[in-house]
Amino acid sequence: MRIGILALQGAFAEHSAMLSSLGVRPCLVRTPQGLAGLDGLIMPGGESTSMRRLAGHSGLLEPLREFGMSRPVWGVCAGLILLAARVEGEEPFTGLMDMTVARNAYGRQRDSFVAELQVSGLPGGFFAGVFIRAPRVVEAGPGVEVLAHSGGAPAALRQGRLLATAFHPELTKDDRMHRYFLNLCGSREALPESL
Amino acid sequence: MNQETSEKELLNTGLARMFKGGVIMDVVNPEQARIAEEAGACAVMALERVPADIRADGGVARMSDPGMIRGIMAAVSIPVMAKCRIGHFVEARILEAVGADFIDESEVLTPADEQFHIDKRDFRTPFVCGCRNLGEALRRIAEGAAMIRTKGEAGTGDVVEAVRHARTVQDGIRMARHMPREELVSFAREIGAPLELVLQVRELGRLPVVNFAAGGIATPADAALMMQLGMDGVFVGSGIFKSGDPARRARAIVQAVTHFDDAQTLARISENLGEAMSGVAARSLGADQQLAGRGW
Repeated sequence: MRIGILALQGAFAEHSAMLSSLGVRPCLVRTPQGLAGLDGLIMPGGESTSMRRLAGHSGLLEPLREFGMSRPVWGVCAGLILLAARVEGEEPFTGLMDMTVARNAYGRQRDSFVAELQVSGLPGGFFAGVFIRAPRVVEAGPGVEVLAHSGGAPAALRQGRLLATAFHPELTKDDRMHRYFLNLCGSREALPESL
Repeated sequence: MNQETSEKELLNTGLARMFKGGVIMDVVNPEQARIAEEAGACAVMALERVPADIRADGGVARMSDPGMIRGIMAAVSIPVMAKCRIGHFVEARILEAVGADFIDESEVLTPADEQFHIDKRDFRTPFVCGCRNLGEALRRIAEGAAMIRTKGEAGTGDVVEAVRHARTVQDGIRMARHMPREELVSFAREIGAPLELVLQVRELGRLPVVNFAAGGIATPADAALMMQLGMDGVFVGSGIFKSGDPARRARAIVQAVTHFDDAQTLARISENLGEAMSGVAARSLGADQQLAGRGW
């Protein structure tokens, strides 16, 4: 299995290390050509405006959108913003996942927090959700399954082959969310559900 | 370590990880902050004067007006950093109260304490600190810094000191990695760093926190050079808004940090950027004009 990590800016090395520890060789993606032959893609945390500008300069927007229409993509924090169909106060980026997102809605760094999450579909109890200047999902469309809530807002969501988390599993030692995504990338049954 | 402390550490070193592969730009007003954000900066440093002007003006350089910092926080959605003087824990408390996302305990400002740095573990807000070598980096981390940067020589537009400091830190890391175990205690004492952090560096093969380049970076090539030397990202102080075409240069430096090992792309983005900041050779500075010597 070949899993790509969008490596324009942000915490891509952390996902890379997590995938390597699970026996998957990660491919860093910085150009449209980098998407060729991938079975799935992680869009990591970082600054969403930085990533949007860099993706624009590299001609990555359309290729990313096309990729996400046929293959699994996992957006983490800033990556979740890049997936959203609606972003309050700004144009959406790929618009792939039917949800509305408010950036920095939890506040500034002093309001960042760790919360125990019950994630449906994950075996083995609570998951430590690390929320850093996190986006808040204010509305999820009917085709979107909410896998976890935090403080009343969806924190993990799935729409067919697309996965989004407002928190950062790559900053923990818990690899269950990464295993969950790899299952999505490897499984055939995920295919018909997608749009 | 209790749970609250370890959560705080996770959140603060975690925010620094989100900056990686990015550019943090000095800005002195909301308009510049918006230009930086639009260019793709991953954060801005709000301050009243860029280092080149601090250098030119002389006198005592202090924390910026909190109102000015608030103005910049209101203007952009990316994280906002601000500087306090070395050892000035009250300035740091004020920046924390203002809601700055990160505090730079910075040698660019005039030190308030010539003996002690701030006890950064005592704050909720993360800190970044400058260093010239491994020992200095680990002392700051021991005090609670969530992120490290090279000191370089701020406000010069001369990258030579940033290169020196990056290489010196790397050299220290290589020594810690490869020396026989029995030499580590003496090594830790020699460089003035806690043994447990030296052991951590030995195991990780790098600093335990994010490490950016700073001090003298003025061109996309400078930024890419620092990335190729193993830095996690880049601060650009005077280099952008003291140049001929700040928006264009800012955009180019952001791209250079992402595509740092692609010479074709670097060539393309380095074209027609207009004038770089004029600069002053770091070597020509007298000892009293060198900022990197502040702090220990």
